[in-house]
Amino acid sequence: MAVIPLERKPLTFAERTYLPQIAFGLKTTLRHLVTPKETLEYPEQRPEIPAGYRGVPTLVKDPNGREKCVSCQLCEFVCPPKAIRITPGEIAPDDPTAHVEKAPQEFEIDMLRCIYCGLCQEVCPEEAIWLQNQYTMSGYTRAEMVNNKERLYELGGTLPDDHFKWDKKKSAEEQGNAH
Amino acid sequence: MATEFAFPDNAAKTAANAPAEFQTEKMSLAMGPSHPSTHGVLRLQLELDGEIVTKCDPVLGYLHRGDEKIAENMTYNQFVPYTDRLDYLAPLANNVAYAIAVEKLAKLELPPRGQAIRVIISELARISSHLLGLGAFAMDTGAWTVFLYQFTEREKLYKLFEELTGARFTTSYTRIGGVARDLPEGWTGRVEAFCEQFLPILDEMLEMLTRNKIFMDRTVGVGVISREDAIGYGLTGPNLRGSGVPLDLRKDKPYSGYEQYDFDVPVGTKGDSYDRYLVRGEEMKQAVRIVRQAIAKLPGGEWYAKDAVRIFAPRKEKVLTSMEELINNFMIVTEGPQMPAGEVYFEAENPKGALGFYVVSKGGGVPWRLKIRSPSFCNLSILPKVCQGNLMSDVVAILGSLDFVMGECDR
Repeated sequence: MAVIPLERKPLTFAERTYLPQIAFGLKTTLRHLVTPKETLEYPEQRPEIPAGYRGVPTLVKDPNGREKCVSCQLCEFVCPPKAIRITPGEIAPDDPTAHVEKAPQEFEIDMLRCIYCGLCQEVCPEEAIWLQNQYTMSGYTRAEMVNNKERLYELGGTLPDDHFKWDKKKSAEEQGNAH
Repeated sequence: MATEFAFPDNAAKTAANAPAEFQTEKMSLAMGPSHPSTHGVLRLQLELDGEIVTKCDPVLGYLHRGDEKIAENMTYNQFVPYTDRLDYLAPLANNVAYAIAVEKLAKLELPPRGQAIRVIISELARISSHLLGLGAFAMDTGAWTVFLYQFTEREKLYKLFEELTGARFTTSYTRIGGVARDLPEGWTGRVEAFCEQFLPILDEMLEMLTRNKIFMDRTVGVGVISREDAIGYGLTGPNLRGSGVPLDLRKDKPYSGYEQYDFDVPVGTKGDSYDRYLVRGEEMKQAVRIVRQAIAKLPGGEWYAKDAVRIFAPRKEKVLTSMEELINNFMIVTEGPQMPAGEVYFEAENPKGALGFYVVSKGGGVPWRLKIRSPSFCNLSILPKVCQGNLMSDVVAILGSLDFVMGECDR
């Protein structure tokens, strides 16, 4: 632990003529002129997106094609700028995924409100909503900037699943040992 | 005309004391809210006598968003993204300060790894913020080069932040009782590599300014803040240390394990703009020192408070497989992390100064009142005093040297 007072030495005569600093500045600039560029030619060259990037929020399906969202509305609840709007819906009894009981009828994310904080992904108990790699969103109207359910699934695609908890529930039910 | 302030030179003094028939009208000039050197939406209502500022009246509030009121209507974790937007040049440091304030209310102690992660990110945020402060200051006084070079370095830092948190700018990294996720594989190595190449580049940038006669002409002896004034106006951070007061909360009231690290507190000798520049330059070197120490002895183990089951959301794999954890997840999200009733105040040494959060809780998941003590706001309070009697062009240098951020000032 130390407190260091920042001393200043008086300028030498040469430094007071401005010349050494100008020479140093020119030298620095010339050196940087021949060093490799740090910039990207953006639309042609794209930056590398690291894993776990928080891009545009999307909805995903599991490898069996079942939509993962069960419309528990937890993301709608937690969203700080209230960008998510969910209308819960029933799943038809003859559907192969009828044991899941619920799915969103409508799912809208207003990208004009979204702040990409990732809380929705963090709280989702089904790993259904993911902030993926895409970072560009544009549109000419406000309505275009609202992602509906179809668009969200289109953006999201399919992600691997480690648990298949609903499939396990179904097979347990069929074997008659569900709780 | 009788004026009580010190004149920049004798010619100005002679002019001001000239007979009445030679005196002209004073000019009222609005500098800002969109002026390049006011660094945001600050308006300075200036009264000029020729080129001399006789009165400076800062007008604030152009960026007021009501963050404190917003905080009362959301759970503790939901407010974390809003803290990104206070001092938006060092969002990670704000995240840390807010999280520690609420954890103090909940009487939570983070495991060593969580604390070390917070120290690393706070110091990287300090480097990022000081770099921009330095670059903008240099640009205000006419040196473009530093501004461009420091952005290259900040880009490297943003890459690191992006990998760590998932976002370059609005990091939202901390949670009450921990951080959002652990350090990625190999991240500390890349931070180490950044530090390694950063120091020579920093030296080059500082060398372009420190002994530069042009820069010194603009800053030495300009905007002198005495020790007494600095304390009296409640300045904190590099602006206070530039005036020679060695107050650094990381030393005086260590938090998040800062007492384990060895670093120096640079202080200025004269309190002018040049001193504030020197302090920032040296603080970046000290920040690199801290980051290196923190990485060298980065402890393993948990990065969140494991015993805080009612506060820190359960891990995702548990939520997916266990009914109890799933219920707990729902409770924490919908009702908020359950805090005891009480009130706390916590200040962290942020890049701009002491960022304080005063949290009043009546129990439950939302704060009853959350007051933010923003360093930029307090640092700006000295403007009317320090600008008076200076040349108009020196106001630009003074603003640059105070290094404020309006997002935090108006909050």
